[in-house]
Amino acid sequence: MSANRLTSPPGGTDTMGAKPTGAEPTDVVARTLRHKDLLGIADLTPEEILLILDTAEAMKEIGFRPIKKVPTLRGKTIVNLFFEASTRTRTSFEIAEKRLSADTLNIAASTSSIQKGETLADTALNLEAMAPDMIVLRHSASGSCHMLSRICRAGIINAGDGMHEHPTQALLDAFTIRERKGRLRGLKVAIIGDLLHSRVLRSNLLLLTKLGADVWVSGPPTLMPPGIDRLGVTATTSVDEATEGADVVMLLRVQLERMQGAFFPSLREYFSVFGMTEARVRRANPDVIIMHPGPMNRGVEIASEVADGPYSVILEQVANGVAVRMAVLYLLAGGAEHEAAA
Amino acid sequence: MPVVMDADRVSRTLTRIAHEIVERNRGVDELALVGIRTRGVTLARRLAQRLVEITGESVPTGALDITLYRDDLMRSPVGPQPVIRRTEIPFSIDDRKILLVDDVLYTGRTIRAALDALIDFGRPKAIQLVVLVDRGHRELPIKADYVGKNLPTSLKESVQVRLHEADGVDEVVVEEHQP
Repeated sequence: MSANRLTSPPGGTDTMGAKPTGAEPTDVVARTLRHKDLLGIADLTPEEILLILDTAEAMKEIGFRPIKKVPTLRGKTIVNLFFEASTRTRTSFEIAEKRLSADTLNIAASTSSIQKGETLADTALNLEAMAPDMIVLRHSASGSCHMLSRICRAGIINAGDGMHEHPTQALLDAFTIRERKGRLRGLKVAIIGDLLHSRVLRSNLLLLTKLGADVWVSGPPTLMPPGIDRLGVTATTSVDEATEGADVVMLLRVQLERMQGAFFPSLREYFSVFGMTEARVRRANPDVIIMHPGPMNRGVEIASEVADGPYSVILEQVANGVAVRMAVLYLLAGGAEHEAAA
Repeated sequence: MPVVMDADRVSRTLTRIAHEIVERNRGVDELALVGIRTRGVTLARRLAQRLVEITGESVPTGALDITLYRDDLMRSPVGPQPVIRRTEIPFSIDDRKILLVDDVLYTGRTIRAALDALIDFGRPKAIQLVVLVDRGHRELPIKADYVGKNLPTSLKESVQVRLHEADGVDEVVVEEHQP
């Protein structure tokens, strides 16, 4: 059986797929992503996650070409709707969209009618009237992407919703780990920092446990969500214990802007008890990689020497983000039928 | 399921094409092979091997995935996307003569996509097309420079090229299309 036939659009004329060249041995199973939206890692199967990572590998090569652009999403309109500050994620999505030849427009909360009191739903419906194909949304309210997906025909990509999920960050983290380590299964991954407010943590926990990593989390007890150990991870307040023999150490930003009240005495004290220092890195595996989703607070969750150290892959994460987002955009553009919401 | 080329025939054909390439280009200076995924890559590697045997010189060889350049990708709002494989062209194509290699030449749409993709990598001096089988039914003005076998077919038939590296056997067969 030909994999070409299984993966080409059903009912189409299939003029190019008609060349039945047969399947590569690894492609016996049809690999597809049948979703209109990417709202969270929670909705993805392990096979779908691996398909996104494999597609991202092919996308990464485009960034090394003299002409870093392919015509794939020509004529598609993508709106980047950002209600929260973002440099990396918004830029990364925009570059990914442009490399796939989509038409993009950026709407930031500070320069739009949201300032005048328009609700998210009204903003979305007004955008929808201009028929975009996809909306990339970042919003401070958890679940905002789910709401948008119910009222919009356009595909919704979650670029971070409140304290809920940030799926493309988890995908690019997994991509970076797999590229460095060759696998995810069985790796000890220590995630350290502000666990309570982190959507990056939630998406990463879901993804890493789905793909069989041994995940440890650590941070101040006041910033540890109750019942986190029920998510299939080991929780400890000892950073040293979490770091011991780790293959991957991922630091999370202390999100002062989301903190109402005192979760720890001072930033200096946080650094001395939970900050990732060179001394702590030495407890990990010799070939450990250090990750941070950014933006970093140097001298709070991570020491400067560690952020700039030879084991740091923080800038690789940023580079890989573009390839991973290209993969998501490509796969969703041909995903499940975009049905009008009731 | 008639076999139109067996292993010996495939082998002799590739040797003949390799000689034609050397003759036409007066050697292999400036040449590079680029195979279209998946079978074209296998054929390009085999041609590279034969060119070494004939001339003693090695020819750079790359792999091209044309999926992102297909003209039917976003035509259907429903349906999964084809899996993308990696493009690997580890040399500059500027001012080289590129031998673009595919297994079957049919509508010409794959080659159109490949030409667009190649030109995003630079400005080759020339592009020449090598195919193992030309089965006719062109929908675009595209013609191969080196043809292993001209094989008149009907639209109901499909041409299967099987190569040892992926399929365990070298052969070309014609099958009735399954509706």
